[in-house]
Amino acid sequence: MSAISPSTTMSSAMPDAAPASEPTVVRSTVLSQVTLGVALVLVGVAASLPFWGESSWMREFVEIACYFIFASMWNLLAGYGGMVSIGQQAFFGIGGYAMLALGNFVGINPFVAIPIAALAAGIVAVPVSQVAFRLSGGYFAIGSWVIAEVFRLGIANVSAVGGGSGTSLTALRGIDKATRESTTYWVALACVVACVALVYLFLRSKQGLALLAIRDNEVAAESQGIAVKKMKLAVYVVAATGAGLAGALYFVGNLRISPDAAFSVNWTAFAVFMVVVGGIGRIEGPIIGALVFWALNKFFSDYGTWYLLGLGLLAIVVTLFFRQGLAGFVQQRWGWVAFPTQRTLKD
Amino acid sequence: MIDTLLQGLLLGGLYCLFALGQSLMFGVMRLTNTAQGDFIVLGAFAAVASAGLVAWHPALIGLALLPIAFAFGYALQRYVLNGTLGRDPLPSLVVTFGLAIVIQNGLQQLFSADPRSLATGTLATESLSFGPLTAGVLPLVIFGMAAACTLALQWLFGHTRIGRAFRAVSDDRETAELMGLDARKVYALATAIAFVTIAIAGVLQAMRTTIAPSDGPLLLLFAFEAVIIGGMGSFWGTFCGAMLLGVTQQIGFRIDPGWGIWIGHIVFLIVLVVRPQGLFPKTRG
Repeated sequence: MSAISPSTTMSSAMPDAAPASEPTVVRSTVLSQVTLGVALVLVGVAASLPFWGESSWMREFVEIACYFIFASMWNLLAGYGGMVSIGQQAFFGIGGYAMLALGNFVGINPFVAIPIAALAAGIVAVPVSQVAFRLSGGYFAIGSWVIAEVFRLGIANVSAVGGGSGTSLTALRGIDKATRESTTYWVALACVVACVALVYLFLRSKQGLALLAIRDNEVAAESQGIAVKKMKLAVYVVAATGAGLAGALYFVGNLRISPDAAFSVNWTAFAVFMVVVGGIGRIEGPIIGALVFWALNKFFSDYGTWYLLGLGLLAIVVTLFFRQGLAGFVQQRWGWVAFPTQRTLKD
Repeated sequence: MIDTLLQGLLLGGLYCLFALGQSLMFGVMRLTNTAQGDFIVLGAFAAVASAGLVAWHPALIGLALLPIAFAFGYALQRYVLNGTLGRDPLPSLVVTFGLAIVIQNGLQQLFSADPRSLATGTLATESLSFGPLTAGVLPLVIFGMAAACTLALQWLFGHTRIGRAFRAVSDDRETAELMGLDARKVYALATAIAFVTIAIAGVLQAMRTTIAPSDGPLLLLFAFEAVIIGGMGSFWGTFCGAMLLGVTQQIGFRIDPGWGIWIGHIVFLIVLVVRPQGLFPKTRG
């Protein structure tokens, strides 16, 4: 630390190195401040939607909110944690079934059960990680898929929740439709805001910096004193909790659950699509991806197999030729970053 | 009990054929092909469609498909998958996963979601008896095919020029390229050979049972489990892994039909925890 080289001003870790002018670390851009303002206004407008909007809009929002939360958790896991999984539907399903069990059997209000179910998914992720972390790279991806299948087949044999054909959420009976729909909508909106805010704040924190270091080079990160294993476990558990939240929320909106729907690999497939098209390893990625997915779904989902075939092809083309996704393209072309996590020096 | 064991081993023969291509591709270039199962299904449907056009014996149709599969695998690796290789597993996973979805939906569009099969005449019902044991002729043929393919791949890997190139790029791509090998072509050749085993697996699967466009993921999981149980980079390991998986599932089915596949998954996870490197590992991940 004693030697002062010309390059020390490049590093914020050595603040005493620049005697002339103290370098200031810039963490926001004009765009990011504008985004924050626009986002606050949008959330405010969205919160009032039940008073003037149609109930079909609310249902649509709840559904896309679940997709978005799930995708943004997959982005955290794969894009920042470097753990590409095809098995996150395990935690989506666990969240859904935990919410249902708490509501139907324990008598807890399903809306209150949503965060508890999310935590349950996070707790399950701890022992599951002990098995899943035995594999790495591509084999981790398929190994976690096997684990998700174990949960699906296991639940399909539990007759208390209707076995393979599933069951209904009876705990919400007695609440009138309008109240139920607007409450579900508000809970979904709160979950989306919390999800974006928490991921953003986490990635801007010291832990977030450690995570980025691990993603870029695991060995180098370890040599800098970052507890790589602990960090990966933490990300895995957080991503599972978020996936569980999405699952619990989805089945409160849907009122009916079955193992095939809850543990479908399609959840992860759609999340991969959204994250890859939007831009992996960027907070904007799943947001843009979810909007693209919503638009495609709205206009083309009637085409069934052709629609899904097109989604698969689009994901392939983007991965082969535009690996940074839409958000990455925008950043490279115009330098726009709506959610900056990096630290920039300004003298 | 002995009968369950025999049926399990015969089922394992089929799983071995599912898994060999995966084992080869991972061994040579650390590529995880998440569309493995869907390519098997594609091979099966190619055979079913051909059987509708020409009145050949299924075995002959299968034989005719092999060079096509070889060329297809070569081109796929050379022009698509080579571009996804690297330290980051994401591109290859997304591309093969995308291919899986394209194949599933493409086949469903062309052939509908109904299960199909290849008519094999009397071969499907013929059986041999060994004292108290009875085994179908077709499952025995499949088992023999699995053993032959394993033997052939092991020989190819250990005793030929191509095999030496496979091992060289697997151990150290840069050094192998300095010695004059073109890794991209070696990879393409590995995938081409893997696709020959995939085509064999597909045709035999369609002869033994029915096949539907959505079957791919399950076949992928079985293939994957066999490879991991056996240990990476060893074909006999994959063979043994497939046998263990087949026997386990068969015992599970005997106990309760609803739990057979589940028990197979659980045994796989137990092996993963107790012996993560697999039973007979050769290559290091």
